[in-house]
Amino acid sequence: MRLTARVATGLLCALLLTPLLSPGASAAMEDAQEQAEQLGEEQEEQLEAELAEVTDEELAEDTAELLRAMATQDIRALQAAIEDIAASQDADTLPALLALRDRRLFFTDDETLIIEDARDGTFREAITGEPREDLDAGDLNEPRATNPIRRILRPTIGALQIFADDPAARLAAAEELAERPRPEMRDAIVAALDEETAAETERLLNIALAQLDLDSEDDARRLEAVEIVAEVRASRLRSDLQALLEVDDDGNHLESSEEVREAAAAGIRAIEDRERTARFVSDLVFGLSMGSVLLLAAMGLAIIFGLMGVINMAHGELLMVGAYTTFMTQALFALLIPQYFHYYLIAAVPLAFLGAGAVGIAMERGVIRFLYTRPLETLLATWGISLILMQSARMIFGAQNVSVASPPWFSGSVQIMQGVSLSTSRVGVIVFAIFVVGLVWVLMNRTRLGLEVRAVMQNRDMAACLGVPARRVDMWTFGMGAGVAGLGGVALSQIVNVGPEMGQNYIVESFMVVVLGGVGSLFGPVLSALGIGVTTKFLEPAVGAVLGTIIVFAAIILFIQWRPQGIFALKGRSADD
Amino acid sequence: MHSSSTISHLGRLHSGTAWVILAILAFLALVVVPVLYWFVPPDSPFHMPGWMVTLAGRFLALAMVALALDLIWGYTGILSLGHGVFFAMGGYVMGAHLTRVSYEDRLPNFLQWLDYSDWPWYWAGFDSFLFTLLMIALVPGVLAFVFGVLAFRSRVRGVYFAIITQALTFGGMHLFFRTETGFGGDTGLTNFTYLLGLDLGTPQARLVLFWVSALALILAYLLCRWIVTSKLGRVLTAVRDAENRVRFTGYDPLRYKLFVWVVSAVLCGVAGALYVPQTGVINPSEMVPSASIEMAIWVALGGRGTLVGAILGAGVVNVVKTWATSAHPDLWLFILGGIFIFVTLLMPRGVIGLFSRRKEGKA
Amino acid sequence: MHPNKIPPPETSLAGRAARTATGVALALGLATAGAATAQADEDPIKVGILHSLSGTMAISETSLRDVALMTIEDINENGGLLGRELEPVVMDPGSDWPTYAEHAREMIERENVDVIFGSWTSVSREAVLPVLEELNGLMFYPVQYEGEESSRNIFYTGAAPNQQTLPGVEYLMSEEGGGAERFFLVGTDYVFPRTTNRIVRAYLNAHGISDDAIEEVYFPFEHEDFQTLVSDIDSFSQDGPTAVINTINGDSNVAFYQELANQGIDPIDIPVLATSVGEEELRGMDTDPLAGHLAAWNYFMSIETPENERFTERWMEYVEQEGLSGGSDRVTNDPMEATHIGMRMWAQAVLQAGTTDVDAVRQAVYGQCVDAPSGFEVCMDDENHHLHKPVIIGEIQPDGQFFPVWETDDVVRAEPWSDYVEGNEDRVANWRYPWVCGDCEEPTYGLSF
Repeated sequence: MRLTARVATGLLCALLLTPLLSPGASAAMEDAQEQAEQLGEEQEEQLEAELAEVTDEELAEDTAELLRAMATQDIRALQAAIEDIAASQDADTLPALLALRDRRLFFTDDETLIIEDARDGTFREAITGEPREDLDAGDLNEPRATNPIRRILRPTIGALQIFADDPAARLAAAEELAERPRPEMRDAIVAALDEETAAETERLLNIALAQLDLDSEDDARRLEAVEIVAEVRASRLRSDLQALLEVDDDGNHLESSEEVREAAAAGIRAIEDRERTARFVSDLVFGLSMGSVLLLAAMGLAIIFGLMGVINMAHGELLMVGAYTTFMTQALFALLIPQYFHYYLIAAVPLAFLGAGAVGIAMERGVIRFLYTRPLETLLATWGISLILMQSARMIFGAQNVSVASPPWFSGSVQIMQGVSLSTSRVGVIVFAIFVVGLVWVLMNRTRLGLEVRAVMQNRDMAACLGVPARRVDMWTFGMGAGVAGLGGVALSQIVNVGPEMGQNYIVESFMVVVLGGVGSLFGPVLSALGIGVTTKFLEPAVGAVLGTIIVFAAIILFIQWRPQGIFALKGRSADD
Repeated sequence: MHSSSTISHLGRLHSGTAWVILAILAFLALVVVPVLYWFVPPDSPFHMPGWMVTLAGRFLALAMVALALDLIWGYTGILSLGHGVFFAMGGYVMGAHLTRVSYEDRLPNFLQWLDYSDWPWYWAGFDSFLFTLLMIALVPGVLAFVFGVLAFRSRVRGVYFAIITQALTFGGMHLFFRTETGFGGDTGLTNFTYLLGLDLGTPQARLVLFWVSALALILAYLLCRWIVTSKLGRVLTAVRDAENRVRFTGYDPLRYKLFVWVVSAVLCGVAGALYVPQTGVINPSEMVPSASIEMAIWVALGGRGTLVGAILGAGVVNVVKTWATSAHPDLWLFILGGIFIFVTLLMPRGVIGLFSRRKEGKA
Repeated sequence: MHPNKIPPPETSLAGRAARTATGVALALGLATAGAATAQADEDPIKVGILHSLSGTMAISETSLRDVALMTIEDINENGGLLGRELEPVVMDPGSDWPTYAEHAREMIERENVDVIFGSWTSVSREAVLPVLEELNGLMFYPVQYEGEESSRNIFYTGAAPNQQTLPGVEYLMSEEGGGAERFFLVGTDYVFPRTTNRIVRAYLNAHGISDDAIEEVYFPFEHEDFQTLVSDIDSFSQDGPTAVINTINGDSNVAFYQELANQGIDPIDIPVLATSVGEEELRGMDTDPLAGHLAAWNYFMSIETPENERFTERWMEYVEQEGLSGGSDRVTNDPMEATHIGMRMWAQAVLQAGTTDVDAVRQAVYGQCVDAPSGFEVCMDDENHHLHKPVIIGEIQPDGQFFPVWETDDVVRAEPWSDYVEGNEDRVANWRYPWVCGDCEEPTYGLSF
């Protein structure tokens, strides 16, 4: 009877949180999320505002004429209006164009063009510059910058901005022009080159110009252009160079100059060389990134299963708890201390450790400690726990995924080499994986708990004789493992979806990592996770993602036949059976 | 294995009372159910509706899986969390036959996607029912044999074995999810119409399939019972309890383990083959790792190492699941999860343990 | 017991289109009138709702259950049908395909439901199909799918490929859509993307795009690592204007679009047209990286029509009233609209037939029209069990909504057997005399008498 009561208490503890959190909290969380999103946008907008020079003077009549045409919701009319602006080279149109790009341009029902100020959100008329405080966002129509519009809008802005006073604006404009040069902008580029002083901007403008000059009449200029273009080594330009090597039906070269042809061929070779290196580097980097995700997913299990021998099928749900903790931290930050919102992720790390750790301890106290002598049966009980945790998450947060926004310092990407970039969040995950491995190492080797854990795992009875409270150590070890799984959840929340089912995707792979790495070892999983990641990524281009996974799984099964104890076989409670 | 004593041995499988109980159960399944379904008029309270017959037929097939798993886990101590793959193999073989018979000259669309204009080589032969029967045993059997030789020779045991069987079924699932594998990808095989000239939509087919499933379960039970009560079975139990001592006594555990492992896989395959025509579809979701874990739950819940317990467990879990998913769609995972925790903690001997304990108490 | 006010069944679409009252007002008005005259003690009409509330499909299907329950409540508040209340019978197949079939059987045989609204994936529909045909049940299937089917027991209220993907491809090839000459087809490896891409490939070939300008790649469900794919798309796009047709299903899309943004793929260079990303999917995503990419559907929540305003307002009210999780973040989407349309269509057919008998209702559904939230009057085809629908292409906005950039002038008739699939040339889906079949090359009945 006592046993029943205790089990019931354990389960109740886990479930009690459910109704507490449910209705009020979820509404608050949504508000918070909205606020958080706005905060992020505001900061970006401030940067943009510096680029958009604010004029409150009335514009000249022909400029006004050009702008008025933008007050339309008809995509074709809008497109024509921007084409006219591009042809006019009228720099006074720039604030309106930038506003259109950033979705700050509106017009009233009587077709008065209105700009929303990027800094304070107030409205003013685009042409007269008069503030219009009487307007409300609901009264305004928006000319939509859809893809066809933005396709001409961006180079137009670029062509106008290369004469801006702000060097940063000029650089951005030059980047845009180097990406998408348009023949009608050639004169503007040449003019800008005359005045340009910043080296990088000048280089980019030269690249833009060279692309336009590939079909120049002048042989020398053409050769120069080819050399400049080849220097960039961008894959995008390969087809341009390829065109210079083409032959007509009679076998005559379309390009008359031998020299130009050779330069083009050399350029293509350079591009291909770079692509080959990039392919290798990207497979390696993607593999390491995938490996660290696997590692973070599996690290908690390396403690719970690897050291303690508990087959914890609820491991995936501990990851989920960590991920949802991150989500809730995000919401709480937005609600309570929005000024520090961008740092929620840092706070989520300890919170997820504690949250998942607490769930783990509740599991251990409530269920698992009664099953240490029956390891295979913990599997069944923890599977039951996993079903319950999953359904709880579904009831609290809904069946749909929740949105965990990466803070601005965690989004974007890092260019590793030309053509290989890794998203910042994935770089962060790699760094975080190193941190977690370090943390676990310190916990295991530099703390009293770690010492006791190792003692109990190596020889339980002896440790108990020497006064180590074995049962309590079990509890803390399990809690620690669960906490580490929670950390994995924080990392996952930044790169994959957070939803009730998320843990299920990682359970088999996590077990594979631990078994392959060697039960009882902490560095085995590191090696096996990275190995699985890199192998999969090198296989993927050749055989596809699925077959790659299957081959890796088959290889793991075969490897375990060869080395049943995994890569590193340390003595542990279960390695010894 | 011991053919000379087979007949006499069969008689010793059970005590007299147990034989009587078995006979009654067999009578219920093989005679009473068909009568209730077929001859009792639909408006009578005793009429068994058609959906219930098919449902029961499917549960019988699943019970056979539990039986196969108990043989290997309960008696030999090898926990497999990958029996879903053998179940699915049997199912796919049967599905391939049903597809060939049902489609005749036409080609299912998943083969057209792969630009086949005729049945590819790995579909050859499945138009023959005899070949299919052979394959139902052979495909899971050979797979189990190869996997077993590898695993048992290198003495992968216990938890490790359980985990790599999970990897096996996980890999299998991924393989069959691929359309390129040529067995229908995610959708799997479906749209069956005929089996041995029998229109699968008819009540006759429903009854026949139920009847065959019941008969197969009874035979499978007798086979398992025979294995575990024979000398072979005692060696298996010894392997479970102390493998090294068995080895030192001069037995080679490998052969015994391998034999029973293959038998278990084949039984599982047969169950899959019976399940598919009653469900009307076979697809890779039968191989999701959690499906195989659930199979182990049936056995644990019913009571390991008792055979009868496994059958009981499969029945209880599936009935509860069917009821809960329609009566309490939002709560059923709580109910199911709760039952698993409750049973492992408080009923280590499973549901069957309740009965035997009471009996012991009386004696 | 049938109220006299039911008008004689109308058969011509034009006649119905001319009606001034909106479909729903008429249906609900009739229902009220019916309630007054009918017996109060009659059994309720049972309506089966077969959507997964757990497992991987719960993310998509839960909303369909909710919108179905909402529509049932609407009908009941107006007095039910034929003086009888509607009673929902909800079952959870738990994303397990055989369980769909099992529950469908239970619904029809044990619960005696008169109609089922359910299914999302093609597998689940195909699992249910034999049960429906065996027991002569009736199901409304609300999701866009790959075609190649027409069952007499199912009404398809989602789009067939020619009502979704092909107009999308056409748009991408137009100057406005970016004038794509190369196509990268990415999808989840299952029947819908496979068939759709086959049709797309044939369509592209017929429009002068050769196979070496088409790349086709598939991923398993739940795949979340698209780094290699995106860098492949990037290098593929170097040889000419490229567009991506994305038939990836569900959650995987988040990772896919995130990776597109990370590797700097801009929608103005490489637009990605999705066929399975709607408002509901976007709700769980950080939508910034997706902005500017496209989706083809038959309905968007952002469409500004009085019908849609009513629909979305009612939905938000229902969400609040029931305290559904997600609260004010909840959205409407295309399959929800299709469920709603299907249910109203069925209700109108029941009124018209004066019974819930499946055979009678089926006949009454043919040609039945509803003023859809999309702003079009959508009608059930007289022959092929599919809905006539408008096609709308929307650009994803940072707020998770779509801005319609292109739409068809009128509704498009579904082609369940696409001519772009080999061997489909002579296949016909026509449930009227003398054809009466969903897949045949000649009529079931002879013509001469």
